[in-house]
Amino acid sequence: MTSIGTGYDLANSIFSPDGRNFQVEYAVKAVENGGTSVGIRAKDGVVLAVEKVVTSKLLKPGANKRIATVDRHLGVVYSGMVPDGHHFVDRSRDEARSWRDTFKTPISTSDLASRMGGYLQAYTLYQSVRPFGITAIVGGFDSELEALVDGEVGSGPSVGAGGKVEGKHGGPGLYMIEPSGMYWGYYGAATGKGRQAAKAELEKLNLAEGKLDLQQAVKEAARIIYVAQQDNKDKEFELEMSWISSADGPTKGRHMEVPKDILAEAERLAKKAISEDDDEEEENKDEDKMEE
Amino acid sequence: MDHRPQAWGRPRDDVYGAYDASYMNTNLPNQHTQSPIVTGTSVVAMKFKDGVVMAADNLASYGSLARFTDVKRLRTFADTSVIGFGGDVSDMQYLDRHLTELGIDEAYQSDVGGHNLNARNLHKYLSKLLYHRRSKFDPLWNHLLVAGMDEDDKPFLAAADLLGTTFTSPSLSTGFGSMLAQPIMRKYVPDEASVENITKEKAVEVIKECMKVLFYRDARSMDKYSLAIVTKDGVELSENKLENQSWAFADRIKGYGTQTV
Repeated sequence: MTSIGTGYDLANSIFSPDGRNFQVEYAVKAVENGGTSVGIRAKDGVVLAVEKVVTSKLLKPGANKRIATVDRHLGVVYSGMVPDGHHFVDRSRDEARSWRDTFKTPISTSDLASRMGGYLQAYTLYQSVRPFGITAIVGGFDSELEALVDGEVGSGPSVGAGGKVEGKHGGPGLYMIEPSGMYWGYYGAATGKGRQAAKAELEKLNLAEGKLDLQQAVKEAARIIYVAQQDNKDKEFELEMSWISSADGPTKGRHMEVPKDILAEAERLAKKAISEDDDEEEENKDEDKMEE
Repeated sequence: MDHRPQAWGRPRDDVYGAYDASYMNTNLPNQHTQSPIVTGTSVVAMKFKDGVVMAADNLASYGSLARFTDVKRLRTFADTSVIGFGGDVSDMQYLDRHLTELGIDEAYQSDVGGHNLNARNLHKYLSKLLYHRRSKFDPLWNHLLVAGMDEDDKPFLAAADLLGTTFTSPSLSTGFGSMLAQPIMRKYVPDEASVENITKEKAVEVIKECMKVLFYRDARSMDKYSLAIVTKDGVELSENKLENQSWAFADRIKGYGTQTV
């Protein structure tokens, strides 16, 4: 970075003359060193996956979860500084709860992304704080059913104003929020160390067509984490995955861990896919040699 | 001299000045929650060998007026337990929201060990909450039945009332049901041992019989009701209507209504 040492990178809330906030850019650097996170919005649900690097053999396998439940239908995964992620999750839970307190109905995925985007953006404005060292992926499934108001006991009036909106609503939602507070909705999102490889794989899935279903998405997410991890093969890691389906799907509209058997199967297929890729590469190399 | 009855026994205004009425105020907020307003009547429940059956009708009364006729008074918790609410409906709604929050809090933890509150935990929690509120002299005006499975996957059924009193038995009911339905259920499950002989079908039949008796005899009841069956496989919640009613005996009742003979 050419502007290092000019003084504009020392504090939040000071622009450099060419219009950049260096503290935010350094926060992005922190994210780029974190374990890869991936989110896929399938046609009937959302999958979240994260590559959890095993930093010590003394850590208990399967403990120290990185994917968090924010509300029944909402999950969050993040890459970057884990304590910052914990705070992000705490705040998301507060936002989801206060939404319920106010509106007596669950917060939608887009509204949570909006609230948290605003929260992260505020941490780019003041001298006294630093930006979040995480990029978070928020996945959710907004109920397609007639939303029941919390505490509702009857069916309400059969005629007249009932506040009911005609037509289809709800569905899966996936958003990625960056340290700057910027957030977009995605079909497939990836962040962390292996994001480049992961994004390339996500693009191949043609998610915008809306053909990939949740079960396939689980397998793809596992495979993508394994593909993205290949550049630093020597590091041991754990794969953690969660999913959210519609009310008539396997999770009944809730955010849950992917069951152990499905996770194991997805991991087996991922390892197989990777070793096949390796074999192909080996063969190509052999062919190259032969040609020489 | 003011001779109006309102002034009797009071210091004379013309001697002492106008009475400072602010001393009459307690300076406390109006406490509309100190008595039930819109109420639900009985909840009945009994155990069978693999679980518990519970029922409550869909009426919310405003005094003696049948005000709301589509009120669901059975609530599921974490897909494993059912809570039946007798008493004040707005307090029921408060508790329902409270339990929704509790369920979400539990879901935060569930990615650690998959632990959920079972029916026994839930009953303990609710009874503590009710006792806490009655100790603040601001009770939640409900009588609750909690049904589900306990930590050993055995059927669990217990009651908690607005004072925080708890009670457990193979069959339980609240309100009028404790007079009318309880004797019927006790014929089938007088003690814990007899629960083993009751099938799900038998328990549903007995509960339906109880709902019929309650509809005949309880003037704050109606013929539509929710019925829940809890087993270790989950909760089956259904809406029912009383069938095969017989009002033949009504002919022989004299002395009420518009009869002239």
